[in-house]
This record gives sequence, structure tokens and C-alpha cells, in this order.
Amino acid sequence: MIQVVCVKQVADTETRVRVAADGRNLDPAGVTWILSPYDEIAVEQALLIRDKQAPGEVVVVSVGGPGVQSTLRNALAMGADRAIHLKTETIGPDPLQVARALAEELRGAGAELVWFGKQAADDDQAQVGPMVAELLGLPCVTMAAGFALDGGKATVEREIEGGREVVEVTLPAAITTEKGLNDPRYASLKGIMAAKRKPIEEKPARLGEPALEVVALELPPPRGAGKVVGQGVEAVSVLVRLLREEAKVI
Amino acid sequence: MSILVFVEQRDARVRSIVREVLGEASRLAAVLGGPVVGVCPAASDPGLATLGDAGAERVLLAAHEAFARYDAAGYTLAVVAAIEAVKPQVVLFGASAMGRDLAPRVAARLGVGLATDCTALAADGGRLTATRPVFAGKAIQKLAFPRVPALASLRPKVFAPAAASGRTATVEPLTVGFDPAAARAKVVRMAAAAGARVDLTEADVIVSGGRGLQDAGNFRLIEELAEALGAAVGASRAVVDAGWRPHSEQVGQTGKTVSPKLYVAVGISGAIQHLAGMSSSRCIVAINKDPEAPIFKVADYGVVGRFEEVVPALIEAVKQLNAQV
Ligand SMILES: Cc1cc2nc3c(=O)[nH]c(=O)nc-3n(C[C@H](O)[C@H](O)[C@H](O)COP(=O)(O)OP(=O)(O)OC[C@H]3O[C@@H](n4cnc5c(N)ncnc54)[C@H](O)[C@@H]3O)c2cc1C
Ligand SMILES: Nc1ncnc2c1ncn2[C@@H]1O[C@H](COP(=O)(O)O)[C@@H](O)[C@H]1O
Repeated sequence: MIQVVCVKQVADTETRVRVAADGRNLDPAGVTWILSPYDEIAVEQALLIRDKQAPGEVVVVSVGGPGVQSTLRNALAMGADRAIHLKTETIGPDPLQVARALAEELRGAGAELVWFGKQAADDDQAQVGPMVAELLGLPCVTMAAGFALDGGKATVEREIEGGREVVEVTLPAAITTEKGLNDPRYASLKGIMAAKRKPIEEKPARLGEPALEVVALELPPPRGAGKVVGQGVEAVSVLVRLLREEAKVI
Repeated sequence: MSILVFVEQRDARVRSIVREVLGEASRLAAVLGGPVVGVCPAASDPGLATLGDAGAERVLLAAHEAFARYDAAGYTLAVVAAIEAVKPQVVLFGASAMGRDLAPRVAARLGVGLATDCTALAADGGRLTATRPVFAGKAIQKLAFPRVPALASLRPKVFAPAAASGRTATVEPLTVGFDPAAARAKVVRMAAAAGARVDLTEADVIVSGGRGLQDAGNFRLIEELAEALGAAVGASRAVVDAGWRPHSEQVGQTGKTVSPKLYVAVGISGAIQHLAGMSSSRCIVAINKDPEAPIFKVADYGVVGRFEEVVPALIEAVKQLNAQV
């Protein structure tokens, strides 16, 4: 079975965000780049299925500038078989543009399962997975916290408010991954060495016209400096009074 | 001009987020021009006329027995049909599990832009801009929409419902050519009763515990405090990873993003990934034995102390307060 995992390179979640001179994007200076955390879960799930249930190929695909190849190597080091880099010079293409480029690559690629993270750890849009599915006419289940494959079908659990929805889906299908689905492995030294010899195919990304325009990227207004109301048990009565009279929240 | 709102129902009840979205739609309509129209896929009318009170002038009911539960493909058809009928300038969804799943499909179908999980919308000079947290709340992005309609989903608990107007909405049928037999994804059941307890993202008050609680058993105190405050229980990743609490309770970058009225953090250090999920809360209280803990930098009210002493005293004080009113 062929599985494709769409992966995004993002700034490390520890990054202190600085705004670039254009006022619209992240200043890339000094940023460490990683595989987006939810996408690691997606890669892990595809590898588990390949190794335990449905032998075949796991292909990772990323849309981005030259730098994304290091992230594709990370996914290869985890165990993916090969990678496709859809190249673009556009900084921060919008989700629909990314989805178009991915859909074009996936059309006719024969993937039975197409994996995405629930959302990317930088733009937090949670759009690309269901958009690709829509463009390809595939069924899609988002925010999978449980996944069981059974022949040409899968049963997926997704967390919703106050419970879990159980969805049955026919393959080929697109799935976006939620935390808790699995524990992504760390790349082993052997994996890292092997990844160096695995192929990364380069192709131009066809993004099409933008559907969103970033007007500004700003830092959030600082919260008012915190106030310590006191120490230990004595502080409790002060706290309760402030919550009632000043903040009016209880 | 008009503004279309996706009206989300579950178990034949309109969900509370809908009133928040209608509230913002009404405020936008005052600038961009109205009317505000709703679209509701459901098995039967869940009482849509009452949404007039919350700001809807009319609601299109896409009735189909397969729409009793969320059906991604069918709901997409319904919303797209409503957009074709109403030709709105703006289409709004709640950024709930359902709205977040549905909105990108509609956007892709129409080839238009979508802003997810917005915390503010503005209409300057007839142009919509959406404000939304990115990098898990470490920055704020403002987006404009080169195409019409502009789609946005709104973060729960951020937008105020409109003041009750006492009006009723007209309910009109919307025909959707949906064939459930062709469905390739279907919700077959709920694994836990929906709506049995308040979800974190919808709670007004949240009490969260971290590794400072030392073991799972001490979460009993967190639950008691939550009960006294009428709150939902949250957790840091450290305690979820330790298996003390389920992942559905995790707050933060890889958990839930919450904006309650009151967030109480007990024994939580305030790592940047935790702050990402809760720093937009209206009022933050921190209880931590370490006065240097970063959580105190964002807390409106901090108590330096051991949870073993502070939390029981706080439970007592809140109970006394509850007894007075
Ligand atoms: C990619 C990534 C994603 C992440 N996502 C998340 C996320 O979504 N949510 C999240 O929470 N974390 C997340 N983290 C983890 C985060 O970095 C922290 O490790 C985690 O939040 C720490 O949890 P904690 O505050 O409970 O534990 P600790 O940092 O260990 O803090 C425990 C606190 O308890 C206090 N304490 C100890 N004893 C007592 C006592 N008796 N009484 C009162 N206070 C006491 C201590 O002073 C300390 O401040 C993520 C990390 C990464 C790398
Ligand atoms: N540039 C990209 N290249 C490949 N996959 C991507 C890209 N951007 C987003 N994705 C995938 O889509 C998911 C959701 O991203 P987003 O809609 O941007 O939050 C990510 O977790 C990835 O799986």
C-alpha cells in the first residue's frame, strides 16, 4: 500500500517570535526548523501501518523553499522511504495554495492513505488536510485520536466537545492526526545514516493565486504584569475577595 | 450584501457557539450591511425561529435524516448550496470541532480564503480583516481576503452574543441533493456521551493541575475546587504524558486552546507551550510554591504556596461564598 504524508517545516515551538522587516512574516534569523509536531504523529502512524499491517511505501511530501529538505530528511530518518520536495520561492503560501500544489502531486499517485497533521505549529490554520481531500474528492477525517485499519476501510476516532465521534471511512482517504494517536519515534543513528541515501525528488509547486493576504504579523499586547497577592493560606481570603470584587469572575 | 452563519446543532439542539457567531455577524452587518442569514443542516428543525432573538433574520433549514449527526460531505453540500442561494459577502463558522472540520472543505470547494480560529473581525472601508493568533498565540496575524465570500471561523468564548432582540427568524427550507448511499465517511457512533460535561473549550472557568501535584491522586483536590467553582478540569502536558489525566484535558500548544473567564493553574510552571493554550484567558490565577515560576508573569493573581495547603483553603472559601448567595 502506498501512503503519503504531507509534512511542513516550522519554527521550533520554543522559538521567540520576531517579526520580519516586512511586518508580515516571521523573522527567520536564528530560528531552528523542525518537522511540525502533529506531522511527526502523521509520519509515525504511516510507518506503523507499513511495518505492522500493510507493507508498501511511505512517501513524504513538503511544499516550501530550499530549507525544507532538512525536514524531509528528518522524516526519512524516522523511516519514510522517499521524499518529494515541491519547490516554491513564495514565503508563507496560504493553505489553499499549499493544498492545490499537494493535490496536483497526489492526483494519480495511487496513495491509499494520505496523512496530515491536525494543524501546522506556525499558522495553526488546520485547513490543508481537508482542502486537499476536497480537491481530490477523497473522504477525510480530521483530528484522529484513534485509528484502526481493516482491509479497505478504517475506523477513526475523533475528539469532539465532550466526547469522541467514531467515523468509518472507505479508502482511499485523507486523515489528519491529533496528539495521543501514537508516540512518534526518535530517529535512530542508523535511520539518520540511511536517510542520507534516500532520494528527494524536486519539482516545482503549482500554488495558483492566493486566497488570503497577510496584512500584518504582530506580537500580542503584553499582559499586565502579574501580581502576587500573597503567600500560603493567608493569601486565600485576599484572592477570593479580588476575584469577586475586582475581577468579578466568581 | 449579506452574512451567512453556519448554525451547528448536535442532538437536535443548537449549540451555544452559534449565538456568539450570530452576535459578531450582527455587529459586522451593521457596518457591511445585512441581513444575517443562517444555514442549518439537521434531521428536523431544532427551533431555528428562536435564533431571531440572537440576530438571524432568516435561517435556511437543510433537512435530511442523514443530517442528524455531522456528515462532512453532506454538510459541505448544504453550506455551498446556501452560499449559492444567498450570495453572502462573509460566511462565519464557530471554530468548534465541527466548524473547523467543515469550513476548509467549503473554502476549497469555492476556491476562497478561510481564516481559522479568529479572535477579532473588522470591516474597514467595506473590507473584512480577520485577526487570529498564530505560533500558538505567540503572535497575532491579520488577514485580508482577495476573494468573495470571505470565510472565517471564530474562537469559542471570545465573541459576545447579541443582546436579545425578541425577534423571531423566518425558517425556510433549503434543498440539498445529497445521497447518503454514496457516502464514504460516516459517523457511526459516539464513544462518550456528547454534552455530558462541559468541554474545556466551552467552559467559563477552568481549574488545571500540573506536575507540582506530585501524583494522580492529588487531582482529587483539583476536581473539588473545580466543582466548587463550577469549572472544567484541565491539565499540563507533563501530567497527561504521565498518564494521570486524559489527553482531552491537556491545555497548550499540543492540547486545547482555551479562553475562559477564569483560569486557575495549580502546580503548573508556565512553560511557553502551556501558556500558548491559555494566555488569552480573561483572568489567570496561579498557585505555585516557586515564586520564580514563569506562570506568575502572566497571572493576574498569584499565590506563592504549596497546593496541599492553599487549595483546601481555597475550596473552603469558595464554598462559603457559594453558601452566601
Ligand atoms: C512540542 C512541544 C509541545 C508541548 N505542548 C504542551 C502542551 O500542549 N501543554 C503543556 O502543558 N505543555 C506542553 N509542552 C511541555 C512543556 O514544555 C512543559 O514541559 C510542561 O508544560 C510542564 O508541565 P508542568 O508545568 O505541569 O510541570 P513542571 O514544569 O514540572 O512544573 C511543576 C510546577 O509545580 C510547582 N510545584 C511543585 N510542587 C508544588 C507544590 N507542592 N505546590 C505548588 N506548586 C508546586 C513547581 O514549582 C513547578 O513550577 C510541550 C513541549 C513541547 C516540546
Ligand atoms: N507547506 C506544506 N507542505 C506540506 N504539507 C503541509 C504544508 N503546510 C501544511 N501542510 C500539511 O497540512 C497540515 C495542516 O496545516 P495548516 O492547514 O497550515 O494548519 C500540516 O500539519 C501538514 O500535514
